[in-house]
Amino acid sequence: MGSTAIPTGTKWWSGGKSPFNVSYGKVMMWYFLMSDAFTFGAFLISYGTIRFSVNNWADPNHVFNSFPFAGHANLPLAFVSLMTFILIFSSVTMVLAVHEGHQMNKKGVEKYMILTIIGGAAFLGCQAWEWTHLLTGEHVAMLGDGTLSVLPTTVKMNPWGAALSHTEMVDALQKTSHEQLVAIANTLHHGAESAHHAAAASLTNQELINQIASSEIHATHTGPIAFGGYFFGITGFHGFHVFSGVIINIVMYLKTKLGHFEQRGHYEMIEKAGLYWHFVDLVWVFVFLCFYLV
Amino acid sequence: MSAQHFENPEITFHPDHSGGTKKIWKIFWVLSALTIIELALGYFLYAKHGQLGAATVLSTKVVIGILTLAKAYYIVSVFMHLGDEIRNLIMTIVVPLVLFVWFIIAFLADGNSWKNLRNTRGKSRTYQTEEVSKEAVESHK
Repeated sequence: MGSTAIPTGTKWWSGGKSPFNVSYGKVMMWYFLMSDAFTFGAFLISYGTIRFSVNNWADPNHVFNSFPFAGHANLPLAFVSLMTFILIFSSVTMVLAVHEGHQMNKKGVEKYMILTIIGGAAFLGCQAWEWTHLLTGEHVAMLGDGTLSVLPTTVKMNPWGAALSHTEMVDALQKTSHEQLVAIANTLHHGAESAHHAAAASLTNQELINQIASSEIHATHTGPIAFGGYFFGITGFHGFHVFSGVIINIVMYLKTKLGHFEQRGHYEMIEKAGLYWHFVDLVWVFVFLCFYLV
Repeated sequence: MSAQHFENPEITFHPDHSGGTKKIWKIFWVLSALTIIELALGYFLYAKHGQLGAATVLSTKVVIGILTLAKAYYIVSVFMHLGDEIRNLIMTIVVPLVLFVWFIIAFLADGNSWKNLRNTRGKSRTYQTEEVSKEAVESHK
């Protein structure tokens, strides 16, 4: 409460004033955020239920271990830490914008809104990279019929099961079609010229199997299919909130720039946009916990 | 730069916002520190994977969860200024969220029970989950 004293004996419910001491718009923003919290909560709890119901959920440290421009380096938690700090920092710049609004400092609001918008855009860029990395990834996994395939992570495919032993892999290779063996052999020569790819197609099955079996390939079982749907569904829903938050913040920046709030005499719209933006950060705290940390 | 003024008759008094930005930066450092501790615990679970007892893993995860709730408290209370609002507003937001307590307990227990039903109980039946289908792989190409 700080140094503000509530007028003693205030009859909050007797009419003529807001019993919550805030404007209608702000109360409704709070109620919207509360309903949104239940939506996100339902999604995350549903994810938790399915994750608890199987023996072999994907280990986040295996799925999320890459970093832009770091090649195949194993860096669990690194990229998501960057995303988390970007979002925390953009929350700080947002609350500083609200603070400048309280002081009626137009230039200050503009500066911090720009920084907040940049933070939001940076977060979305990170998410776009992460999604692309998963959707175009190439992982060798054993399907239900005992053959090996090259799989990305999508809503229908999850290559993140338990590791296959070397013997299991060699057995599975014997059952795998020529086409898939070529595809697997080609994942061994990433970044190599296409001559390599053409060469693989002309090898016999046994030559391909020998080449694959002697390489340092990591083959796995497939994991529960639900993983992709939950991951892309929940981070996508959150990312869409970030995206709409960035749009709202751009509108708020323009309205500040045009002097609308100065004429109005207060910057309450910045506060309401700020509530939404902090909520987006708040949800990320829980998404970070449920998908990446535990 | 005069302080903002509302001409809104609904509002009885305005919280005092004349203070500086010191508190905001303090909370920034608190949130950063909590996140770094979470990451350290997460990394500990990764580095010691397979060497820890189930109880240690579970209790580390519970600690990470509690740190997350602390972060949520600071974001809502300070950044969203809910802590500066009057008790009536705070209660109308916070009390309905108590439903989550039961929601989480009930559904996670349900998931766990489902897993027990799937599992084989001494191999009297086979463990079944959905596998990635051949058709999904074919149609992706």
